[in-house]
Amino acid sequence: MLTERKKLSFKDIINGIGIPTLIIAAFFALILVIAHFYDLSVVTLLSDTVKRAGMNGLLVLAMLPSIQSGTGPNFALPIGVECGLFAMVLAIEWGFTGWGWFGVSVALSIVFAIFVGWAYGKLLNAVKGSEMTIATYAGFAICSFMCIFWLMLPFKSPNMGWFIGQGLRETIQLDAVGADMILNDLFGFWIGEEFYVPTGMLLFFFLCCFLVWLFFRSKSGIAISAVGSSNAFAEASGLNVNKNRVLANIISTILGAIGIIVFSQSYGYLQIYTAHLNIAFAAVAGILIGGATASRAKVSHVIIGVFLFQGLLTSALPVANQIFAGTDLSEIMRMIIQNGFILYALTQVKKGGK
Amino acid sequence: MGERLGSRKALTWAGDNAVTLVFVAFTVFGFMASDLSVGWFLGELMGRLYRNAFLVISLIIPVVAGLGLNFGIVVGAMAGQIAIVAVRFLDIGGLGGLMLAFLLAAPIAVLFGWLTGLLYNKTRGQEMIASLIVGFFANGIYQFLFLFVMGVIIKVPSTHPLIIPSAVGGEYGVGIRVTVDLGAADKGGLKYALDNIAKVPFLYAVIGIAAFILVLQVIRFVRSKKTAGAKVNKMSTIFNMVLCLVVIAVAAYSMSVRNSLSMVAKVPVVIVILIIALCIFTEWILKTKLGQDFKAVGQSQKIAEVSGINVDKTRIIAVIISTVLAAWGQIITLQNIGTLNTYTAHSQVGMFAVASILVGGASTSKATVKQALIGTILFNAMFIMSPEIGQAVFGQALLGEYFRTFMVYGVIGFALGLYVWKANKATKLTIE
Amino acid sequence: MSEKLLEFKNISKSFYGNQVLKDVSMTVKKGEVHALIGENGAGKSTLMNILFGMSAIHETGGFEGSVMIEGEEIKIKSPHEAMDHGIGMVHQEFMLIPGFTVTENIKLNREITTDNAVSKVLGGRLKGLDYEKMNHDASKALNTLDMDIESYAQVAGLPVGHMQFIEIAREIDKEGIKILVFDEPTAVLADAEAENLLKAIRRLADKGIGIIFISHRLDEIVSVADTVTILRDGQHIATKPISETSAADIANMMIGRAVTIDREEGADRQISDEVSLKIENLHVNMPGERVKGVDLEVRKGEILGIGGLAGQGKLGIANGIMGIYPAKGKVTFNGKELPLNNAKQVLKDGVAFVSEDRKGIGLLLDEPIELNIAFTAMQVEDKFLKNFGIIKMQDTKAIKEHANKMIKDLDIRCTSSMQKAGSLSGGNQQKVCVARALTQEPQLLLVSEPTRGIDIGAKKLILDLLKQLNEEMGMTIVMTSSELAELRSICDRIAIICDGTVAGILSPTDSDTKFGLMMSGVTEFSEGGNE
Repeated sequence: MLTERKKLSFKDIINGIGIPTLIIAAFFALILVIAHFYDLSVVTLLSDTVKRAGMNGLLVLAMLPSIQSGTGPNFALPIGVECGLFAMVLAIEWGFTGWGWFGVSVALSIVFAIFVGWAYGKLLNAVKGSEMTIATYAGFAICSFMCIFWLMLPFKSPNMGWFIGQGLRETIQLDAVGADMILNDLFGFWIGEEFYVPTGMLLFFFLCCFLVWLFFRSKSGIAISAVGSSNAFAEASGLNVNKNRVLANIISTILGAIGIIVFSQSYGYLQIYTAHLNIAFAAVAGILIGGATASRAKVSHVIIGVFLFQGLLTSALPVANQIFAGTDLSEIMRMIIQNGFILYALTQVKKGGK
Repeated sequence: MGERLGSRKALTWAGDNAVTLVFVAFTVFGFMASDLSVGWFLGELMGRLYRNAFLVISLIIPVVAGLGLNFGIVVGAMAGQIAIVAVRFLDIGGLGGLMLAFLLAAPIAVLFGWLTGLLYNKTRGQEMIASLIVGFFANGIYQFLFLFVMGVIIKVPSTHPLIIPSAVGGEYGVGIRVTVDLGAADKGGLKYALDNIAKVPFLYAVIGIAAFILVLQVIRFVRSKKTAGAKVNKMSTIFNMVLCLVVIAVAAYSMSVRNSLSMVAKVPVVIVILIIALCIFTEWILKTKLGQDFKAVGQSQKIAEVSGINVDKTRIIAVIISTVLAAWGQIITLQNIGTLNTYTAHSQVGMFAVASILVGGASTSKATVKQALIGTILFNAMFIMSPEIGQAVFGQALLGEYFRTFMVYGVIGFALGLYVWKANKATKLTIE
Repeated sequence: MSEKLLEFKNISKSFYGNQVLKDVSMTVKKGEVHALIGENGAGKSTLMNILFGMSAIHETGGFEGSVMIEGEEIKIKSPHEAMDHGIGMVHQEFMLIPGFTVTENIKLNREITTDNAVSKVLGGRLKGLDYEKMNHDASKALNTLDMDIESYAQVAGLPVGHMQFIEIAREIDKEGIKILVFDEPTAVLADAEAENLLKAIRRLADKGIGIIFISHRLDEIVSVADTVTILRDGQHIATKPISETSAADIANMMIGRAVTIDREEGADRQISDEVSLKIENLHVNMPGERVKGVDLEVRKGEILGIGGLAGQGKLGIANGIMGIYPAKGKVTFNGKELPLNNAKQVLKDGVAFVSEDRKGIGLLLDEPIELNIAFTAMQVEDKFLKNFGIIKMQDTKAIKEHANKMIKDLDIRCTSSMQKAGSLSGGNQQKVCVARALTQEPQLLLVSEPTRGIDIGAKKLILDLLKQLNEEMGMTIVMTSSELAELRSICDRIAIICDGTVAGILSPTDSDTKFGLMMSGVTEFSEGGNE
């Protein structure tokens, strides 16, 4: 986590970034070149890339603390996401709009995430060695449990309910509470006619990255990293391994919760029920593509990964449609790359505890 | 003292079987809360049992071989679907077509199983999450095959019934349709190709099977007298015999008064025979040298290796068997449903099967045919019951549907978590 | 008795230029119990690895010399081939599958199978198992050992003592077994069980099997073996009929080497009578190094050595005090009771630990040297931190300055303080561990196996460093080591641990025989009785 040395050879740089990352980068560049030849606006694609990266950034960043603490990528991201969703829904129900809505949502989501993340961390401590599998199902289970919850919530706000019957709508429009793109448009500006800079969202993302980076240079952050790289070392140095793992997963859950708020405002819609069931896998793949492993990650991996992966996904769709009309090639590509990267990372995990 | 020991024993037993007990209670509660007819319920349940049992049983061998619960049977299901699409594509129907599907599915599934087996050997210790992700990964390749290769690379005329016609009205279509109608077996299709070979009324089948088991139990009882078997064994044999007699009596009574039990749909004999055959096959293979190797590898890869067993190869064989069985299981399921949802039919197969076997009381390291069957019945009972309870108690069937999804994930998470927790507790070092 | 069964002829072997066996020859005759003895690292395991054709031998360039069975030279390339030649091994750790029955374990991967319709078409692995025949064989093997174990019982529920016999039964059930190697077979057994085992070994030898018996327990060797071969530092020291030697004699040959006492006589050191660390009835559950009730006093300003053979529990003591493995008992440090199983408090109270497990516990291999050095002091004592109220940030500058000072003081050879600890050589890694311990400014330093895996030149540097700390800074040091020579070279007193307890405390100048006998668990011996 400390600063690198200055003198680096070309080979060091390649090894430092990692070959898988470079392959994805080359692929992304290739798609942009193809897009150019098919008369698609590369600038628009890049603009979309920036927007999508900003939307997903915090969700990918949420992977970092859990990886560093040794519990593996946070496959239970839906847990944090549900905290964020519930916070947003409550803020709407209480009548907040605009920045008030955003602030209240973030504040509430942090409170929820602390409690939920604490419980989740405890769960992970009970199932050491199989964290990833259990986390995945914990995420799925919470997500489907919340479906029941959404359906039974006795909320009255006309912005969220079905026209008839009980429960919340599947998709809640955020422009109704004046929060559509609220963060994107803060200081947002156009460069030319095709490139929009969602300044507020990017600043927020980079601010969070900076805070996380800073945190991992603090006493607690260093302790978490040590716990993740060697339980035995940490214990011998008097650290409480379990507490540090819990703390890391609370942070991860908070980032997931805030992450979905940033995501939703940029998307313009609040999607509940099963929309985010598989959200964890894309985020896991994101950080892995940036060069992280299932046991070590840096903030730079998050930034590189989210821009590359989201860039690839956003650009591949129009390009694939242009070349092979009527196919869903970009979605197929997403599945293969995303899950391929996770599988690759799993083959690098040291043999489990048994 | 003895009593206290007894009650503690009962408590640990309840703890070990918590998931199973919850499902039994849920089913009982369902009957009390809703006004379901037993006949309808049983009909639905049996239908689901015929469809799913094969898939659930296919999970057993990898568990015994120490690979945990193989969510990767999704890959096997895909192999089955590829075979079915191929058979439909060639428009070969009826029993012959179905047999061809079985035949085609086998080599594809062997290949897939071999590849996933290699992967599991590379991800040792993390097989379960790897098997889940490999399902997603394979889904990408599967879609590539059916949405892209079929159409863009292999040109198929737009007029072919399996192909999505070109959006721009071109000569060639792109991709396999989202739903493929399998067509009725007697009209050159595959639907009910197995089911329709022979059917007997439900109650006859019940009496037949119960009588069969009764005979087996009697033989076992007589034999156990000779060997110095445990007393418990004898008790359970007697209990089983009584149970069989009760079942026969109830069935006979129902037949005579023609109550709702006699309205349960007829039983597709061939499928039941296939399921029984699979049960016997699974039990049999575990008793061979190969099965002994599965068990040895499953308990300790290190000791097995030292003893000269080829651990990697043995694990791969287990995965291949599981994958092939899953492929066939999916074909059996699909011929019963009659339509293939090309891009979604396989996606839940792994999770439902895993949830089923866990409900039956299996764990990451132990699974039996009995657990698979009990689990399939209880799990599907919950599945049928959920919307009914949602409707009856909350006035919303949708609620029940969400609830059952929650139960699927919850059961898997809970059962696996509980297992790991117990294992960790057992290996934790303490002083005295 | 005279028929030569197995012959090692002039065996030499080196690992990466490090010679571990030098021209070793040894002959095992038919029906003979041949004891093989030597300290840890004397070359016993390497010799056995050669016999079993382990991959560790071939992958490092094979060996020189020849192995002959019944007069014929053989080349063994895998454990499987060794089995074909009739060589069997009874492992120290049980190679038994707990969920299997006794029979299934005895017949593991050698099951008796029966053909069926399927196996005829699809191959041998689908053959059925003939339990009747297997049970019969298993019972027969167990009877040979005079063991009354039901062959259909599950291994999981059996007492530990029985497991050893099942292992042996498995070996003698193999067809044509000629040579059987026992590696520390009595290490985990109770006395009565051990006695049974020795009887069984004798019985096997009487049937004409050649037995190689590796053990540290000298009294056992004297009672069961016919011949004893002693290895020391990879060299063949002696082979003698047991009747012509004695426990004291063997002990002397096993240890005997020129010991250099490095302490300058009368060095200006203050060892007060004040007790710094007092250990009372310490039990530690460290797998493989269990401590079963140790009482020990460490005086202020001394270097106390803890020695003993591997597996006897010497390593468990420091690990138990430091809270790394569960412990109970009473440990008092400078008059204050140290809480057990609480690493943080022990560190806070001024005890530092350099672990024997350098790569696992001692270092963060992927982190830079400077963080490794500063880590414990930072986490335990809040050093190297800038306090911003809600959060304490690392003080990068202070860490670097301190690390550079340590690098200079301890002469750690590295490119910079940012070099990853994992990329250092063993000796320099060890210095980083010591640097971290010193950064805590401890009053007591526990050092375990400080020279393990370090080349000879660096060994001396590490030992000198410890001596220097003791002499110049007056630091009390407890040093645990498997290498008796190094303990004797710098320690003031040496406690010998045997079977989890203190067998006795010796002076570095005591005789080799005394050390050898005490380490091997021979308690009743009279000084000079056999010298």
